[in-house]
Amino acid sequence: MSEVRSAALAEQFEDLDQQHEASSLGMWVFLATEIMFFGGLFAGYSVYRGLYFPGFDAGSALLNVKVGALNTALLLCSSLTMALGVRAATLGKRRELATFLVLTILLGLTFVGIKLGVEWHHDYLEHLAPGINFAYEGPNARAVELFFVFYFFMTGVHALHMVVGVSILAVLLWMTFRGRFGPERYNPVEMAGLYWHFVDIIWIFLYPLLYLIGAHH
Amino acid sequence: MSTTAVAPTTGVNYLNAQYGIRSWLLTTDHKRIALLYLGSVTFFFLIGGAAAVLMRLHLIEPQGALLEPATYNKMFSMHGIIMVFFFLIPSIPAVMGNFLVPMMVGARDLAFPRLNLLSWYVYIVGGLFTLYAVVAGGVDTGWTFYTPLSTTYANGNVMAAALGVFITGFSSILTGLNFVVTIHKMRAPGLTWFRLPLFLWAIYATSIIMILGTPVLAITLLLVALERTFHVGIFDPALGGDPILFQHLFWFYSHPAVYIMILPSMGVVSELVTCFSRKRIFGYSFVAFSSVAIAVISFLVWGHHMFVSGQSVYAGLVFSALSFAVAIPSAIKVFNWTATLYKGSVSYQAPMLYALGFIGLFTMGGLTGLFLASLATDIHLHDTYFVIAHFHYIMVGGALMGYLGGLHFWWPKMTGRLYPDGWARFSALVIFIGFNLTFFPQYILGYLGMPRRYAVYPEEFQVLNVMSSAGASILAVGYLIPLVYFIWSIRYGPPAGPNPWGAKGLEWETPSPPPTENFEEVPVVEEEAYAYGEKEAHVV
Ligand code: HEM
Ligand SMILES: [Cu+2]
Repeated sequence: MSEVRSAALAEQFEDLDQQHEASSLGMWVFLATEIMFFGGLFAGYSVYRGLYFPGFDAGSALLNVKVGALNTALLLCSSLTMALGVRAATLGKRRELATFLVLTILLGLTFVGIKLGVEWHHDYLEHLAPGINFAYEGPNARAVELFFVFYFFMTGVHALHMVVGVSILAVLLWMTFRGRFGPERYNPVEMAGLYWHFVDIIWIFLYPLLYLIGAHH
Repeated sequence: MSTTAVAPTTGVNYLNAQYGIRSWLLTTDHKRIALLYLGSVTFFFLIGGAAAVLMRLHLIEPQGALLEPATYNKMFSMHGIIMVFFFLIPSIPAVMGNFLVPMMVGARDLAFPRLNLLSWYVYIVGGLFTLYAVVAGGVDTGWTFYTPLSTTYANGNVMAAALGVFITGFSSILTGLNFVVTIHKMRAPGLTWFRLPLFLWAIYATSIIMILGTPVLAITLLLVALERTFHVGIFDPALGGDPILFQHLFWFYSHPAVYIMILPSMGVVSELVTCFSRKRIFGYSFVAFSSVAIAVISFLVWGHHMFVSGQSVYAGLVFSALSFAVAIPSAIKVFNWTATLYKGSVSYQAPMLYALGFIGLFTMGGLTGLFLASLATDIHLHDTYFVIAHFHYIMVGGALMGYLGGLHFWWPKMTGRLYPDGWARFSALVIFIGFNLTFFPQYILGYLGMPRRYAVYPEEFQVLNVMSSAGASILAVGYLIPLVYFIWSIRYGPPAGPNPWGAKGLEWETPSPPPTENFEEVPVVEEEAYAYGEKEAHVV
């Protein structure tokens, strides 16, 4: 091969298009595994919700719908800023990209802060943490406990994904300042965007499943 | 390496391009990573094999000859966990897949070389956790980790073992991801989907299962860990959980996982049968699509492991019917391989002997699967030695035979050396005989009602058990012979030349061992796979 290879082109690829297509496909495949991962949890949740509906209903009523809704709104906004960031990256607008990355990171951190610092903390004080201090007086106590097992586990795994996402964005921000992205090389931003939207979508399912079971009362 | 032993025909290749331990541990070359995997899966195979030897020695006497009953339980658990998760699942994909996928598509490497190296490290870390569980006193849950045994009653090492399996799962996911992307995006010019070697179709189907199945196992094991750590009832009925849910989730992965183990072997056999019959494969597209069909249907049959678990009869009916359906694509393959042999100019070199062994033994294993997939007979056969014989016919008689066949076929490519063909044929024969002597009696034992996973048995089963143990010792010798001559050949084997078998396929058009970048220039593909007999291109 005599033609000049772009510095952004990894050795195993022939050209930038191929590299770009490969990394997008890789990301989508990865997201497919994530769907199956959460899918196992959703399946377990559905089974027990069917078996123990009254308990799940009662458990859900103990969550704070408003705080959950606020968090949902924050995440949706963060998806918007992320999408704008990707656009800025494709256009090679570095300052704009940095701004949107910072905004996305802040929204993400606020979400996690509210989730853990406000909601989990409150649930803990209310003795709703299974295996640690769970104490619930009332009918279906076992099922309510099971609801909280799923609540903590699902939101916990989701929060972990958020933390990973924020860390990735932080790295991207650093790379942006180092001038690593340009109109030819924005792949990592685009991939991080896909991941971020995916984590948001998971929440879009978690929110109604966990918070809104009893909303019709 | 002594200077005289350097193959004269080749210059710089992937083996001698760099020296030193660092150049191996930090390599991103798919061929070197394949060899790292080869070493590590062989290591785990030997450990798992040692456990099997102890079990078979123990079972020579009805009261048990060797081990405490509790130790026996730990032996079969360790054997199962190591053989399934640390040997058979990674074996062909991670060793031959890694080596061959880029070469067969005509690329310089996989799409994500660093991810590939990472997957090896992930595998090793998972392996260390599991080894720790073994050394710390073992687990006795079986490879299936059934709840509530695993979450409430078993000892604490179950956490380390489950964590090991959990971690290794990510190594399969990453490997599968790399293969799918490489096969989609990095094929050489002219290499259309229907010109791909059938090995790649099989690896592709396997990767799909790895990608979609493994995460479900991961989440299931996490739930087990959660239940164990916090004593909350997810699966333990005493705490309000549902143990059947565990079985559903476990088999949702683990049935497809049995196809992770067999599909790659089927791919290898397609390569071997065509090469050593000097014929195109009979019905290329049937063989190709049957791999995909197996991958898809395999996700829909998991309930056949739970016929007697209390799942609904209607579910049982559906699972039974679907299990019969999944046997069809497997049968198509067997049919097409035999049709390929028909009127071929068949030569019985060592790889081909393994391939033929595969066809026969896999057929036996598959057909007995149908006995188990029938609701009524399974009530009698479930959890007996019949099941053990069924899956060993497929996993050892089938998958492992295919693995060895592939290793014998591509060894000259991987190392540039030939091994002694006479010994190789001899070992194939020893393995075939030893295998049948070990496992055929187990069909009979199971049919007569001997349950699996017991350390003692009634006197009248002794003859068959002794036969089985005798066979196992022959089998063990059969596996050790190749180990010896493969290692011997690295140093003393005669140089292989680029294409010792006169085989078709891009991997044979480059020197053995191949250069780091695989091909001097990007190959262009102009013919179908297996264009044997068109014109005899290479004469050895
Ligand atoms: C031809 C299609 C197949 C059918 C219809 C089939 C059917 C079955 C059935 C019904 C069982 C459950 C028996 C019981 O527990 O009572 C079973 C067990 C098993 N099969 Fe198959 N099978 C097939 C292919 C395979 C393949 C390809 C493999 C492996 C590569 C395999 C490995 C296993 C294993 C490991 C078990 C036992 C799992 C355990 O309980 O530990 N099977 N099979
Ligand atoms: Cu199965």
